Amino acid sequence: AGDGSGPVGAAAEGGGLPAPERVLFPPTFSVSEIKNKQRRHFMFLRWKQQQRKEKLAAKKKRRKEREALGDKAPPKAVPKTIENQRVYDETTVDPNDEEVAFDEATDEFAPYFNRQTVPKILITTSDRPRGRTVRFCEQLSTVIPNSHVYYRRGLALKRIIPQCIARDFTDLIVINEDRKIPNGLVLSHLPDGPTAHFRMSSVRLLCSSHSYLLLSFQRTGKEPTEHVPEVILNNFTTRLGHSVGRMFASLFPHDPQFIGRQVATFHNQRDYIFFRFHRYIFKSEKKVGIQELGPRFTLKLRSLQKGTFDSKFGEYEWIHKRREMDTSRRKFHL
Amino acid sequence: SSQVVWDTLGNRQFCSYKITTKTQNFCRNEYNLTGLCNRSSCPLANSQYATIREEKGRCYLYMKTIERAAFPRRLWERVLLNKNYEKALEEIDENLIYWPRFIRHKCKQRFTKITQYLIRIRKLTLKRQRKLVPLRRKIERREKRREEKALIAAQLDNAIEKELLERLKQDTYGDIYNFPIHAFDKALQQQDAESESESDAEKEEDDEDTDTREFVEADDSDLSDFEDMDKLETSSEEEREEEEEVEKKASHAKSKGKTPLKGPAKRKRRYIEIEYEEETEPTTKTKAA
Repeated sequence: AGDGSGPVGAAAEGGGLPAPERVLFPPTFSVSEIKNKQRRHFMFLRWKQQQRKEKLAAKKKRRKEREALGDKAPPKAVPKTIENQRVYDETTVDPNDEEVAFDEATDEFAPYFNRQTVPKILITTSDRPRGRTVRFCEQLSTVIPNSHVYYRRGLALKRIIPQCIARDFTDLIVINEDRKIPNGLVLSHLPDGPTAHFRMSSVRLLCSSHSYLLLSFQRTGKEPTEHVPEVILNNFTTRLGHSVGRMFASLFPHDPQFIGRQVATFHNQRDYIFFRFHRYIFKSEKKVGIQELGPRFTLKLRSLQKGTFDSKFGEYEWIHKRREMDTSRRKFHL
Repeated sequence: SSQVVWDTLGNRQFCSYKITTKTQNFCRNEYNLTGLCNRSSCPLANSQYATIREEKGRCYLYMKTIERAAFPRRLWERVLLNKNYEKALEEIDENLIYWPRFIRHKCKQRFTKITQYLIRIRKLTLKRQRKLVPLRRKIERREKRREEKALIAAQLDNAIEKELLERLKQDTYGDIYNFPIHAFDKALQQQDAESESESDAEKEEDDEDTDTREFVEADDSDLSDFEDMDKLETSSEEEREEEEEVEKKASHAKSKGKTPLKGPAKRKRRYIEIEYEEETEPTTKTKAA
């Protein structure tokens, strides 16, 4: 009887009348048992509305209770996020870890961090780069100070590397291209330092259409200047993340020029490294405004190799193995 | 009977090796000499026929004669050609002696083409080759989605702003930026500690002033965009003038709430000069108090 009256009632009201204030669904009634699609849809909407009302009422009640309790109220429940639920990685670096500090004092980046070497970067591409990649390389070279772009005319990387070392380059960046868009990045620290291979995605170039406005003084603020930017490295927590972070830091000269007010950010979130380049200005000591200049892209680490680029005989420190490492949604490696 | 074969297959009825396109007919038969579907190039419709085919980098001359037309298994006779190009051409000539001119000529042409592409293959394998890695669609989609979610979770602008403010608080920027309220809090903390060394501090700050003033003036060209920084320049210039005028400027700035001014210097001076500021700037007195 209850089931019978439900649908019949719906049929009477399904013609466009608004739903009544409080609908009582009989307890054995289930929306999915109605065969007619229109009626079922209508009943479902009404059920949904009722659920929402109940939820709102429950929320209000909870809030009143909380206010009534005042100080004795239990603390607010923190929602679970992926970052909260992250599987604890045993290689997470403790800031006070001596071993790590010792490692870092003696690894390949030590000369950089001791200010013995000045970074000099060589940016190149894979064979036959297309327009987008070329423009991206140019923009990247304006962002990274002391960097040079060279075209690769079919030269083998293994032959370029000794020449680079001879000419005092400290880092080599190779941007790999596929179907006219850059999609990979190989970053190699030169006097036999580690080589990191990244997958690059969502590359956004600086809108280069502002160049015609260079005549007016106002628009020159949209391009990076020659000042040395600061570097921000966020969320590189594990040992692997630390080494990758140091690699990025060693691209930029050690002493940033604060007059330039430029900052390059490498932000790691769930194993994706987001790169942004901004100019900041402090409006007050609680507020800062940032303006984006320079390209943006995201990187995902594929492999970290101990020596310089060598695909056949290199010793890999870390490779992303899909079957083993992608099994858990809460597990991240950087 | 080859004529009959041609009449049937070539022109009228169906030949499974024939491919027709808008302008031409092609023959897919592996023994075909030219690749086109013609009366003279059809291996089915010619009882005396020869081709060149290559296998694993070696070229062979295949010949078909009318005597063996009844034995399909022994139909095609194969001769290995010399690796040397000229010698192989001579071999073709000597094997196909007394054969129609067309077949001889086309065989030599085909042989030339094949050797050329074999040379090219050998050259290319020595160079670096692009490795094509197949992408798995599901994984690509998954990665893309995860990246979007990570971007949203990252809240990059907030994170960067927070980090910059942290650095400002920890004085990594030194004395370039000076905000009144921040310095005021510092002043409150330091009032108890440094009540005696004011004069020394003042002198030090004068030196600091000169240093930082140089910095700021160098900024002029870069900062033409920002109004705030313009005000900073003007305020820094005026800092050279007497303290009271600096106080005036500070109070003006405070009432507007925009310009960041030289904090520490001001706070020290304010602390000293509270008495005779009453006449000019009652507002500063309340703030100092």
